[in-house]
Amino acid sequence: MIFSKDSWKEIFDTIKKNKLRTFLSGFTVAIGIFIFIVLFGFGNGLQNSFAEFFVDDKVNTIRIYPSSTTLPYRGYESNRRIEFTNQDLIEIKENFNNEVEDIVVRNTFYNQIKYKEKSNQYQVRAVSPGHREAENTILMSGRYLHEGDIEQRKKYAVIGRLVAQDLFDGKDPIGEYIFGSDHSWRVIGVFQDEGGDREERMLYVPYTAMQEIQKNSDKINQMIVIYNAEMTYDESLLLEKKLEMYIKNKKVISPDDNRGVYISNTGEQLENSNNFASVLQIVVTFIGIGTLIAGIIGISNIMVFVVKERTKELGIRKAIGATPNSIILMILQESIFITTISGYAGLITAMITLKIIGNNLQEKYFISNPYIASSDALFATLILILFGAIAGYIPARKAANIKPIIALRDK
Amino acid sequence: MIEIKDLNKSYVMGKNSLHVLKGINLKIKEGELVAIMGSSGSGKSTLLNIIGMLDNYDTGSYHLDNVTIKDLDETKAAKYRNKFLGFVFQSFNLINYKTAIENIALPLYYQGIASKERQTIALDYLDKVGLKDWAGHLPSELSGGQKQRVAIARALASKPKVLLADEPTGALDSVTSDEVMELIIQINKEGKTILVVTHEQEVANMCNRIITLKDGVIMTDVKTK
Ligand SMILES: Nc1ncnc2c1ncn2[C@@H]1O[C@H](COP(=O)(O)OP(=O)(O)OP(=O)(O)O)[C@@H](O)[C@H]1O
Ligand SMILES: [Mg+2]
Repeated sequence: MIFSKDSWKEIFDTIKKNKLRTFLSGFTVAIGIFIFIVLFGFGNGLQNSFAEFFVDDKVNTIRIYPSSTTLPYRGYESNRRIEFTNQDLIEIKENFNNEVEDIVVRNTFYNQIKYKEKSNQYQVRAVSPGHREAENTILMSGRYLHEGDIEQRKKYAVIGRLVAQDLFDGKDPIGEYIFGSDHSWRVIGVFQDEGGDREERMLYVPYTAMQEIQKNSDKINQMIVIYNAEMTYDESLLLEKKLEMYIKNKKVISPDDNRGVYISNTGEQLENSNNFASVLQIVVTFIGIGTLIAGIIGISNIMVFVVKERTKELGIRKAIGATPNSIILMILQESIFITTISGYAGLITAMITLKIIGNNLQEKYFISNPYIASSDALFATLILILFGAIAGYIPARKAANIKPIIALRDK
Repeated sequence: MIEIKDLNKSYVMGKNSLHVLKGINLKIKEGELVAIMGSSGSGKSTLLNIIGMLDNYDTGSYHLDNVTIKDLDETKAAKYRNKFLGFVFQSFNLINYKTAIENIALPLYYQGIASKERQTIALDYLDKVGLKDWAGHLPSELSGGQKQRVAIARALASKPKVLLADEPTGALDSVTSDEVMELIIQINKEGKTILVVTHEQEVANMCNRIITLKDGVIMTDVKTK
């Protein structure tokens, strides 16, 4: 008669007639599961946002910025401004031909750009075609710059989604001319970028064309070295060192000078961001385990309370013939039933809540697409049910073994 | 039916030990209606609880229907209680969230009797104690006398060999006391062995035998009829 229809009937009867008690224990479980899943989902959402920030730019790049020296060296005074030229680019490319996929140029300007009556200040990046790969620029329409544009110093511009929105009001910008102070660009493409709004308020133009506008300058501001993606992090550090030594030698900068040329490896950033991500993971796991434990403690308390409240009833049942085992079974069956139903309810509600939240918290709280793997959610629910059962079992066993006279004592 | 020889029982509390029953010898035959009297603290309830297997005794022997009752584990005790004994308590001890009929059907549930049959039997007993129309009422909707009659019906439902009542009229006024005692006498007349603990002389006088305890010893044991 252990799991007979009758014992279920007895349990449903008890549940029906003790609604407050049932509600209390059920609610604890449901809330426990709910909080766990929502928090865990948020944690995952944070990680999503984080991942999005860092997939934006290509990771296997080394950035080289010229700056001013801080040490005198070989007859040069300190505080000398270092500048790269097109010739430097060619020579570096030749020298590192084997290790490097491409060396991309990026000269940054801020220009007032005008189309018809509308005008705005934008960042203009004078680049070589490889910049598209380095920046993970996504083309929406038209085309990007290519080598021919560089060679022929074409006055072409690929404009950001928000530039197009600002200046063109929904009109197709491709083929239109936009104006800088004393020059014009023909729009050949529109791009978007996952790096956020700032990255979409920009224009890309051929660096050679920009150099021509700057009175035939041959200066290069920033070089982005794209190295072989198969390189390990250590190999990339080695390449970084070699580049630094080569450039310092070439530009006559003291090897001990921390400035003069500044080199940063995004591989390093990736390493850091991976560390940050794993810290985030640990925090999320910690929060998850914390809520789960809080839930378990909550259920245990409720179970102790429930059994205590029923001590007299259990004494009566024993006096009229209930065996200790039948008492334990009854309490367990009841608590597992309640925790399963309410745990499931909490699970479903939490999943729906996460769905509804979706990407609404992305802008303000950096939580994008909060989710929990259903296996994780199910596992947590099962854990709570299991511990609910254990939490019920201990006081139930105690109550079942109390002598009926003690349980029945008035007071 | 009940045979007790030289039974002793002490309660140990820390260093102190209280010798409550001091060498009780008692034989109760089938069909007797016995009153157990005595002043407060004389050991009446203790004796009844031992007979009812709600408590253990230290030395001596106790046979119920020729079965030796000694140091039973809770599972065995529960089975024997269910089979041999029915209890009526001063404070009724009905389960407050169950209706009258559900309370009466509960011992039958623990006997493994099917649901339909439980209903029929329970209703029969409810009828017997004159409360057929109250089947669906909760204990809180019943008067003290009615509650006690439901409790008696519940005690009888499992067809016990012996009915044990500890101050069944203790919480009732004299009119309802009489009603409950009349019910007990009627049940006894149908052949049931009944032990009633009481400190009311009128209640005791309705029984066929009165045992008086004093300080854990049987002082007098008289047949009244
Ligand atoms: N569980 C217990 N632990 C310790 N002492 C107990 C326990 N139960 C009863 N006693 C003591 O044993 C003695 C006898 O108690 P018992 O309940 O048998 O008396 P009683 O004759 O039924 O009295 P009353 O008329 O007041 O009900 C009392 O002194 C009581 O305090
Ligand atoms: Mg007593």
